Amino acid sequence: MVDSPGRPAASVSAVSAADPATSAGWVDAPPRMGFFTDTSVCIGCKACEVACKEWNGVPTSGLDLLGMSYDNTGALTANSWRHVAFVEQHRPDGHGTPPAGGNPTDASASAASAARSAGSTNPTGTEPGVLPGEPAAAARMTEFLGMPASGPPGRTGSAQGRSDFRWLMMSDVCKHCTRAGCLDVCPTGALFRTEFGTVVVQEDICNGCGYCVSACPYGVIDRRVDDGRVWKCTLCYDRIGAGLTPACAQACPTESIQYGPLDELRERAAARVATLRERGEPQARLYGHDPHDGVGGDGAFFLLLDEPEVYGLPPDPQVTTRDLPAMWRRAGLAALAMTAAAVGAFLGGRR
Amino acid sequence: MPPAKFTSYYGRPILKPPVWTWEIAAYLFTGGVAAGSSLLAAGGQLTGRAEVRRAGRFTALAAVTASAGLLVKDLGRPERFHHMLRVAKPTSPMSVGTWILTAYGPAAGLAAVAEAAPLLPTRGPLGVARRVLPPVGSAAGLAAAVAAPALGTYTAVLLADTAVPSWHEAYADLPFVFAGSALASGAGVGLLAVSPSEAGPARRLAVAGAGLELLGAHRVENRLGLLSEPYRTGRAGRLLRAGRALTVAGVAGALLGRRSRLVSAVSGAALLAASVATRFGVFHAGVASARDPKYTVVPQRARLDRRAAESDR
Repeated sequence: MVDSPGRPAASVSAVSAADPATSAGWVDAPPRMGFFTDTSVCIGCKACEVACKEWNGVPTSGLDLLGMSYDNTGALTANSWRHVAFVEQHRPDGHGTPPAGGNPTDASASAASAARSAGSTNPTGTEPGVLPGEPAAAARMTEFLGMPASGPPGRTGSAQGRSDFRWLMMSDVCKHCTRAGCLDVCPTGALFRTEFGTVVVQEDICNGCGYCVSACPYGVIDRRVDDGRVWKCTLCYDRIGAGLTPACAQACPTESIQYGPLDELRERAAARVATLRERGEPQARLYGHDPHDGVGGDGAFFLLLDEPEVYGLPPDPQVTTRDLPAMWRRAGLAALAMTAAAVGAFLGGRR
Repeated sequence: MPPAKFTSYYGRPILKPPVWTWEIAAYLFTGGVAAGSSLLAAGGQLTGRAEVRRAGRFTALAAVTASAGLLVKDLGRPERFHHMLRVAKPTSPMSVGTWILTAYGPAAGLAAVAEAAPLLPTRGPLGVARRVLPPVGSAAGLAAAVAAPALGTYTAVLLADTAVPSWHEAYADLPFVFAGSALASGAGVGLLAVSPSEAGPARRLAVAGAGLELLGAHRVENRLGLLSEPYRTGRAGRLLRAGRALTVAGVAGALLGRRSRLVSAVSGAALLAASVATRFGVFHAGVASARDPKYTVVPQRARLDRRAAESDR
C-alpha cells in the first residue's frame, strides 16, 4: 500500500486487536476488505465464475453435466474460485416463503435420479477436485427437481399437485477466515495474510505439500494436477491493491456479491437480514459474519435462506489449530511415555 | 448406531479429503521405525549390547532415508522440497516435523556411519577417522535418541491438526497409538536382527509398545461417537483389525519363543507388519471421514444444538 500524503495514518492501537492484518504484523494496515454475498438476490447467472476466470487466468474446469440443477461446476476447486450452487426445494404455502403464484410446479425427478447423479464428477484437472457424493444423502437432499426441462420445473398439466417451490442460488468463494487453518499449517510460508486481511497463496513459494487442503474447514483450497501447486481466490489482490473492485463483484449484475470494508458490509448485512425477515422470510440468516464463531469470523460472509449444509457449507466450522496447544501437550505426554518405556525395557528384567 | 439423518448439498463432501497418497501413510510407518530403532540403538549402546546397537543404528538410517524420499515424493512440486526450510512455524506441525527430521536425520546417519569404523585401516588419515568415529557415533546416537520420541509422536499431531473429522477428534489418543506403534516396530527390528540372548530389552519394548498402541487404538475406535465409525468400517476397519491381530501374535511369539531365533524373528516381522497395518488404517479412516458429508455435518449440528441448549438454560 503506497502511502498517500495527507491521509491520516491509522495508529496500531486504533486498530482492533482482532484485525488479522495487524496481528500478522502489518503496520498501518488499510481497513479489512471482504465480500458480502447476499444469496437472496442471486439469479444464478454465473457471471462471477466467468469474470473470475477471465481476470485471474484460471484454467478451464472441465465440462460435464452433474445432474445438480444448473450447477455443473460442482464445488470450489483450484480451477473454480467462485462456485454457484443451485438448490431446488418444495415449500408448502406459508412456510417461510410467499406463495410462488403463477406457474404450477411439481417434482419432475425422483430421489432415485438424485442418487444416480451423485456419482457424477467433473474433469477439473485438480485434486481432490469435484468428488462424487453419497447417493443416499443425495436422494434425501431437499426436493430434487432434476434437470431443467423445456417447461417450468414440475409442470404436470393439471392443477392438482401444484405446490410452491423455490430455487436457492448462492455464489460460494474462499472465506478469508480471521483464523485461517490453511495459513496456520502452511509449512513454507507460501500462504500469507495481506494488508487487507485476506489470505493469499504465493505461487513461487508453494511446493504442493497439500497440508492446507486438509486443514480448510470449508473444503475450499485445492491442488492443480498439472502444476502441483494449490490455488484459490485471492480476493483479487492485484485489483484491490490498485483500488479496484474484485472481478466477481464487478461483474455481478444484481449486487448479490458486494465488496467493501468488512465493518461496513457487516452493518449492511444486518440491515438486509432484518428487512427480509420483516417481509416474511424468517429463514434469512447470516453465515460467517460473527467474529466469535469457530474461525473468528469470515472475511467473505453470506446471507443464506436455509441451513448452511443445504448449500454445502459446514454448519459450525472451527479452525483446527484452536486445539493445537492441547495436541502438542498430548504428543509430549506420549513422547515421555515412549522414553520411559525404552528406559524401562533396558533397565528392567533379568537379561 | 442409527443411520444419521442429515442435510447436504447433493450428498457431496463438504471438505476436501487429503491429497496425500500412500507415501504419507508409509512415512508414518518408516518415521516410527526410525524413532523406535534409535531408542533401541541408544539402549544397546548404553548397556553394552553391541548387536542391538548396530541393528538399531542401521535400521534407523535406512528408515529415515526412506522417510525423506517418501516425503519429497508426495509433494506436488518435489524439486521445491527445500522451501520447507524457509521458515520455522510452530503453528504448522509439518514445519515442526521438518525441523525434527533435520535434527534427527544427520544424527541417526552419523551414528550408523560410525559403525563402519572397525573396517577402516589403523594408520593414516583414515586411521584417525577409525579412532574418532566411535565416540562421535556415540554422541550422535544419543542425540538421535533424544529426538526420536518427538519424531515418533509429532506425526499424530500432523494428522490431528486438520479439518479431517476423524483425525482431529482423535487428537488426544493418536499420539499414544503412534508412540506405541513406533516402539513396537523398533522392538520388531530388535527381534528380527538380534540373537535371542541379547533380545530381552526388545521383548520388553514389544510388550510396552503393543500395550500403548492397543489401548490408544481402542479409545480411538470407541470413544469418538460417530467419528469412531470410520476406524471400524471399510478398508480402515480391516487394516486396524489386522494390525491388532498381528500385534497380539507378535507379542505372544516374542514372549513364548524367547529361546528360538526363528520364532523371535517371525514375531519381529509380525510387529513390523502390524505397524504398517495400523498406520495405513488410521490414514484411511481419516480420508473416509472427509469424503462423507455425514461426518462433517452431524457432529457440527450436534455441537450447535448442544450450545443452543446450554444458552437456553
